[in-house]
Amino acid sequence: MERLEILKTYKIYIGGQFPRTESGRYYTPFDKKGQPLANVCLSSRKDLRNAVVAARKAFGSWSERSAFNRSQICYRIAEMLEGRRDQFIAELVKQGSTTTKAAQEVNLAIDRIVYYAGWCDKFTQVFSAVNPVASSHFNFSTYEPTGVVGILAPQDSSLIGLVSVIMPVIAGGNTCVVLASEQLPLCAVTFAEVLNSSDLPGGVVNILTGKETELVDQFGSHMDINAVIYAGGNTDHATALEAGAVVNVKRIVVYTHNFADATQENPYFITDVQELKTTWHPIEHVGGATSSY
Amino acid sequence: MTTNKTHKNVPDFRLSPTVDKVGVEERVARFQTRSIKNEAKMQGLKMVLNMIDLTTLEGKDTPGKVRQLCYKGQHLHDLHPGLPTVAAICVYPSMVAEAKKAVGDSGVKIASVSTAFPSGQAPMSIKITDTLYAVEHGADEIDMVISRGKFLAGDYNFVFDEIAAIKEACGKARLKVILETGELASLDQVRRASDIAMYAGADFIKTSTGKIQPAATMQVTYTMLCAIKDFYRTTGVKVGMKPAGGISNSKLALHNLVMVKETLGNDWLNNNWFRFGASSLANDVLMQIMKQETGHYQSADYFSID
Repeated sequence: MERLEILKTYKIYIGGQFPRTESGRYYTPFDKKGQPLANVCLSSRKDLRNAVVAARKAFGSWSERSAFNRSQICYRIAEMLEGRRDQFIAELVKQGSTTTKAAQEVNLAIDRIVYYAGWCDKFTQVFSAVNPVASSHFNFSTYEPTGVVGILAPQDSSLIGLVSVIMPVIAGGNTCVVLASEQLPLCAVTFAEVLNSSDLPGGVVNILTGKETELVDQFGSHMDINAVIYAGGNTDHATALEAGAVVNVKRIVVYTHNFADATQENPYFITDVQELKTTWHPIEHVGGATSSY
Repeated sequence: MTTNKTHKNVPDFRLSPTVDKVGVEERVARFQTRSIKNEAKMQGLKMVLNMIDLTTLEGKDTPGKVRQLCYKGQHLHDLHPGLPTVAAICVYPSMVAEAKKAVGDSGVKIASVSTAFPSGQAPMSIKITDTLYAVEHGADEIDMVISRGKFLAGDYNFVFDEIAAIKEACGKARLKVILETGELASLDQVRRASDIAMYAGADFIKTSTGKIQPAATMQVTYTMLCAIKDFYRTTGVKVGMKPAGGISNSKLALHNLVMVKETLGNDWLNNNWFRFGASSLANDVLMQIMKQETGHYQSADYFSID
C-alpha cells in the first residue's frame, strides 16, 4: 500500500511558541508552475501585537546578556541549520529553486549566521570611541541596541534574505518581529524551528507569515516598535512606514541589497539598528598633561 | 447605599451549597466568548478604570511611593482628558495617613489592609488594634483577611466571630473580607467562606491577598458572585465583590464585567459594588483606551511607571 505523506502545518512563531494566527485565516502561496505550496497563516494585526509583546518581554534579558554569550547562541543557530541542510534544500527546490542554487543558498545562510555570530562581541570595540573634548571629562561613545525591531523581509528570497536581515539585528542585542516573504514563506517557518531548537530564548525572534499590504501600516505606527527594517522592495510601503513612524519617531531602514550575493554582509548592518550613546564622565584635570582627553 | 451588618439568624455553614466545578468552568468559558467592540469597549474600559483599587502592598513601600501612587490614581493619563479616577488606593495601615493626605478631597477612597495581612496569623487583640489604627488615620475601607487555618480546621464560629469583631472595629468604614481562595483548595470551600463572611457583616468579599497563587481566577470569582446573589435573595442585602490578584490585562477585566452583569445585573456595575484589586491593570487599560483613540498600538514607555 502506498504511504500517505504527512504534510506539515506551517504555523507562526511568537514568544518561543508555534501558535496558529489568532484570526484563523490562511492563504495559499503558489510555486512558479501554479501548484499550491502549502496553506500558510495569514497573520493579523493582533498577531503582530502579540509578537511585539513577546519581543518586548524578551528584550531585557537578551540585551543584557554578555555579547560573548549572544555570540555563542548565534553560532548554535548555525549548527542547528547545518543539521537541517537537506530539509532546507528540499524546501527551496519546492519553492522553485534548482538543487545547486538551493545548496548554495543554504551554505551561504549558515556561513552568514557564523559571520554575524563572530561580530556580536566585536563590533562595539570597532565602532566605539573615546572622544577628544576640551574639558576635564572622560568622554566616550558606544553602541546600545535600539529595542524591538520590526523586519519586513525580502520578498524575492525564502531563506538567505530572511537570515541576512534577522542576524545583524539580534547579534546587536535587539529583539525582532519579522514578516516573512509572502510568496516564499516556507523556509521562514522552518527557520523558526531551527531557532527554537537552538539556545535562542523565546521572543527574541518572532516570525509571522502574511501580507505586507495588510501589516505595513501597523509596523510603522506601533508605538512599541523602536525601528523597522524594510527589505520588501515596494517604495509605497517604505513611504507608508516613514509616515507611520512619525508617531514615535522610530528609525526606518530600507534595504535594497541582493542578499544572495556573498559580499552583502558587513557590521554596518548591525549598527543600522544601534543607538550611539555618549557619556561625559568628570575626571580630575591632569594638570595640563599632554592627554587629549 | 445599603450596608451590611452582622446577622443574627445564620444558616448552618456546614450546609452551604456545594459547587458544580465542571458547570462553573463551562459557564465561565461562555463569558469569555462575548464580543465587545468599539463604543461598548471604550465604555467598559473607562468603567474598569473607575473600579480599580490601585494597590501597593510591599515591604519596601515608602511615603514617596504611596504619594506617587495617589497622584497616579487621580491623574491616570493626563494626555487624555476626561478619564475617571480610580476607586481607591489600597495600602498598609502605616501608610494610610500619608495616602489620605495625598488624595485630599478628590473622592478617591483609601482602603487599608488589616488584621495582620497577608497571613492573618496574629492574636485577635492585635488584629483589632491594627484595624482601629487604620480607621483612626482615615481609612474609608478595611480589607481584612480571614483565618484560613481556623477555617480549614472547621472552626467556622471562630472565623465568623472574628469577622464580626472587625466589622465592629471598622465603624463607618466599609469592610472587605479577603478569603484567600488560593489557600481554600476547592470551590465548595470558597462558597462556604463567602457565606460566613457575608452573614458576619462583610460589605465586600474579596478573593485574594495577591501574595498567593492562584489568585482571582474567573471560576472563583463566579462562585463568589453566585454566593452574593443567593445572599441578596435571602436577606435583601447587597454585598460587593472584589477580585484581586492576577487581573493584569484589559481583556480579562472586561470578561469579569461581563460575568458581573450576567450574574448580578447592572446594579453591581459600579465601584460601590465591584472593584478590581490590581497594580498593573490600570496601565494596560490606559494603553487599550489610547489604542482605541489613536488607532496605534501603544508602548509602556509612554505611560507612568506602576
